[in-house]
Amino acid sequence: MTHNIYLYILVCAGVSFAIRELPLTLIRKPIRNRFLRSFLYYVPYVTLSVMTFPSILQATESPAAGLCALVFGMAAAWFGANLFQVAVGCCGIVLILECFL
Amino acid sequence: MEIQTSALGGHRRALAEGFRDGIPIGLGYLAVAFSLGIAAKKAGLNAFQGFLISLLNNASAGEYAAFTVIAADASYWEMALITLITNARYLLMSCSLSQKFSPDTPMLHRLLVGFDVTDELFGIAISRPGYLDPFYSYGAFLPALPGWAVGTALGIAAGSILPARIVSALSVALFGMFLAIIIPPARKNRAVCLCVLASFAASGLSAVLPWLRTLSGGTRTILLTVVIASAAALLFPISDREDAEYDA
Repeated sequence: MTHNIYLYILVCAGVSFAIRELPLTLIRKPIRNRFLRSFLYYVPYVTLSVMTFPSILQATESPAAGLCALVFGMAAAWFGANLFQVAVGCCGIVLILECFL
Repeated sequence: MEIQTSALGGHRRALAEGFRDGIPIGLGYLAVAFSLGIAAKKAGLNAFQGFLISLLNNASAGEYAAFTVIAADASYWEMALITLITNARYLLMSCSLSQKFSPDTPMLHRLLVGFDVTDELFGIAISRPGYLDPFYSYGAFLPALPGWAVGTALGIAAGSILPARIVSALSVALFGMFLAIIIPPARKNRAVCLCVLASFAASGLSAVLPWLRTLSGGTRTILLTVVIASAAALLFPISDREDAEYDA
């Protein structure tokens, strides 16, 4: 470890702060550029998807349990379960399956 | 004088309502942050560092990405870039929140409300009728901020006490939270659905393909996000109707 953890924390906190505060303080006009608006619209879906798969398979003791949690989570969210129901359900699936796997 | 008193009473009521609405959010954050703490521990953070990073960032995906950067011992530039990418959605939320403030809202209140713009807290603030009273948001922050920060610290501390099987189960809560954010819009919007599927496929492939495999998880996230979101923006530019989802 050659980098300082507190400097890492400072950098990401600074960027997070700037992202949230700039539109509320300095830039108060809506973004007009259509490509930029579209790009920013799609970014969260892509980032969260990329970070979920295949990482979810490596997060659990057994990759198969992680896969089942992924399928369950997608189905539950698709059929209208809220954020915390999905999160807790995924945990439950892994807990049960890893008793057998 | 009378007007001031009633304004104060209004703020007090807004604070109480915010606090009430913030309690379920704070409890949920406590649980998901616990899961995030398990990831933080794997990256080498101690409980205090986890508390600090969560208190200052208030971002699930952003912090999870930050832990991959710390674990890979990558550069500070990569940390800045991946935080920008993973938290880009807060830029959009703050843009629409800025329209929700009365034009004479002082800068200090804007800064304080902006500090904790998250998917959930933005959601309850934007659905308030009329201009947003900053005190409503402060009320909601009271349970939400400590829930998130303490949850992370607890996850780090308990990660070494709890049995491996429990830790394994709890570690997927974070991914469940991600799924709950991306899947409902994917059901409503075909372009978002394609984005999610393409991202799963590309991310899975890049974890096994020769050159891509050697990149750190953080670098792959940045690369794939810029490529896929650009492609989606070119192929399916959004109409004003989709923009309205952020203003709703």
